[in-house]
Amino acid sequence: MRAMQHFTATVAIGLCALLGAGLQASAEIKIGSVLAVTGPASFLGDPEKKTLEMYVDEINAKGGVNGQKLKLIVYDDAANPNSAKTFATRLVEEDKIDAMVGGSTTGATLAMMPVFEDAKIPFISLAGSIRIIEPVHKWVFKTPHTDKMACEKIFADLKHRKLTTIAMISGTGGFGKSMNAQCHKVAGKAGIKIAIEETYGPRDSDMTAQLTKIRNTAGVQAVVNPGFGQGPAIVTRNYRQLGIKVPLYQSHGVCSKQFIKLAGAAAEGVRLPCAALLIADKLPKKDPQKPVVVNYSREYQKKTGQAVSTFGGHAYDGLMILVDAMQRAKSADKAKVRDEIEKTKGYIGTGGIVNMSSTDHLGLDLSAFHMLEIKGGDWTLVPGT
Amino acid sequence: MAELLQFVFSGLTVGAIYALVALGFTLIYNASDIINFAQGEFVMLGGMTTVFLSLAGVPLPLAALIAIIVTTAIGLALHRLAIAPARGASPVALIMITIGASIFLRGVAQIVFDKTFHSLPPLFSGGPIRFGGATILPQSLVVLAGSAVIVVVLWLFVDRTMLGKAVIATAANRLAARLIGVDTRRIVDFSFAVSAAVGAIAGILITPITLTSYDAGTLLALKGFAAAMLGGIGSALGAVVGGLLIGMIEALSAGYLSSSYKDAVAFVIILVVLVAMPQGLFGRVKIERV
Repeated sequence: MRAMQHFTATVAIGLCALLGAGLQASAEIKIGSVLAVTGPASFLGDPEKKTLEMYVDEINAKGGVNGQKLKLIVYDDAANPNSAKTFATRLVEEDKIDAMVGGSTTGATLAMMPVFEDAKIPFISLAGSIRIIEPVHKWVFKTPHTDKMACEKIFADLKHRKLTTIAMISGTGGFGKSMNAQCHKVAGKAGIKIAIEETYGPRDSDMTAQLTKIRNTAGVQAVVNPGFGQGPAIVTRNYRQLGIKVPLYQSHGVCSKQFIKLAGAAAEGVRLPCAALLIADKLPKKDPQKPVVVNYSREYQKKTGQAVSTFGGHAYDGLMILVDAMQRAKSADKAKVRDEIEKTKGYIGTGGIVNMSSTDHLGLDLSAFHMLEIKGGDWTLVPGT
Repeated sequence: MAELLQFVFSGLTVGAIYALVALGFTLIYNASDIINFAQGEFVMLGGMTTVFLSLAGVPLPLAALIAIIVTTAIGLALHRLAIAPARGASPVALIMITIGASIFLRGVAQIVFDKTFHSLPPLFSGGPIRFGGATILPQSLVVLAGSAVIVVVLWLFVDRTMLGKAVIATAANRLAARLIGVDTRRIVDFSFAVSAAVGAIAGILITPITLTSYDAGTLLALKGFAAAMLGGIGSALGAVVGGLLIGMIEALSAGYLSSSYKDAVAFVIILVVLVAMPQGLFGRVKIERV
């Protein structure tokens, strides 16, 4: 009798274990992520992590994807490409993830790309550089618009105003350097001539010397300032201090209310290309992106108490493109999901309307940017762009 | 001509900022031979505390005063909690401690304040001052005047007061100073407090021009340190002259050569000066008595 009881118990335990293992295998889709949650790029990683966690919870509350729950595994690389690569290997070998959304910085993304290419795992990056998708890598996609597009948008607006000779004053930080190089690449094709070029350091506090040189250069019809952080605000102030009259263009790097606050009255009349997310309330009602961006802004603000940034939006787009692809593939099979991501058409996200193809793993066009002008201390949409 | 004048004004603006930051290094160095690499964080704390207090509704003059007091207290705490317990260590080890303190203060500021940029309104509102076809902001002159006042006060203090003499005595020979009845520990305490206060004042005065954020201190301290070295570390007048010189070199090379190389030009000149005059322009030559 005792022996019999013992036997039953053992079988029961064994069955439970078997069932448990079986359930676990079919119930979870593992999504990996490596983000710069702390460190110098935490302004990217922090909103990205919060966004991913928020929406994974929401998707799970609604029953998951294809009846399977999502499991998010996030590691913090503190903007260090070496640790990013280590974490990527860990995600592949130990966590055995099904797909990857992440890589806050270009450095981290480039370091992780070979790992996911080798492991044949779909990888949607949240970093800016065009090098991630040019040349196209089979398993790698990205959601953020590129600085090349920002240059093209500015140049299109210049052409529209019949201005062709410009001066550039660029920050020497990563952002300014990269955008400066992209602007040079597309200037010829856009029919724009760069007459003079100046730079400033990341913590410079006065740019009147550089701007004086620009002012004294004959033929300059507009000035473009690729930069990030406090530099563009100081450039804008110095610009007005010197009384330079030609139009000033800032980049998408300063699309925040903070820039208007820092530059103050000097910001009047400055033009800059911005993503729809930052001007959710300014978009016309019929804009297809309006519901998405208004919704995301509201949810994010409610959950975190912070203002939205485009970076969190990139994470939102990455996750949603992946989830859509899994739903179309009706499974989390890596190869099928990859093929479906590549077939993404007409996805309306916070960054724009995404139409991917085998040659375009970003899928955004210039409509992702809106040309804005600062008037009365607020953004206004420039009509006809 | 208007062009040259504008470059000079730009140099004055930048130079005055470096000078004001550089001044903070002098007193701690005089009292203890320590180069305090957390000096930039004092500058940041002065600016950021004022910004956040005034955002909370505190009137600006009161906010600035509280910011100076808070920063002074932090300077004092830095000495009491981190430097004094290690007083047997060599100056190099103590300098390492100040680097650690600078990282720590930056981390705390990131949590207590935030990670975005902030500004303060200038002392005098109104547009730039026009002169000979060039322009300068009134705030640049305020920064310049601030440096001048601090130099005079420091000079009067070191030269004309017993406490100031005690600081010099402590720097020259700690044991001897103690033998003649100087409480050296309190003197160093005092020098950290005053340096922190000078840093905070600098932060409040320059924020309307430079803007500030939790990590603004690092690069400011680097330029301020270069200015202090060029002028002769320990000399208040040297700090100001060094700061103005570097600012002027940067602006002129940005104007006449290339803005990409302005920092390089400045550092090459600093190197040349220091090779020719290792003690800096106004530094006292150290005489080791045997």
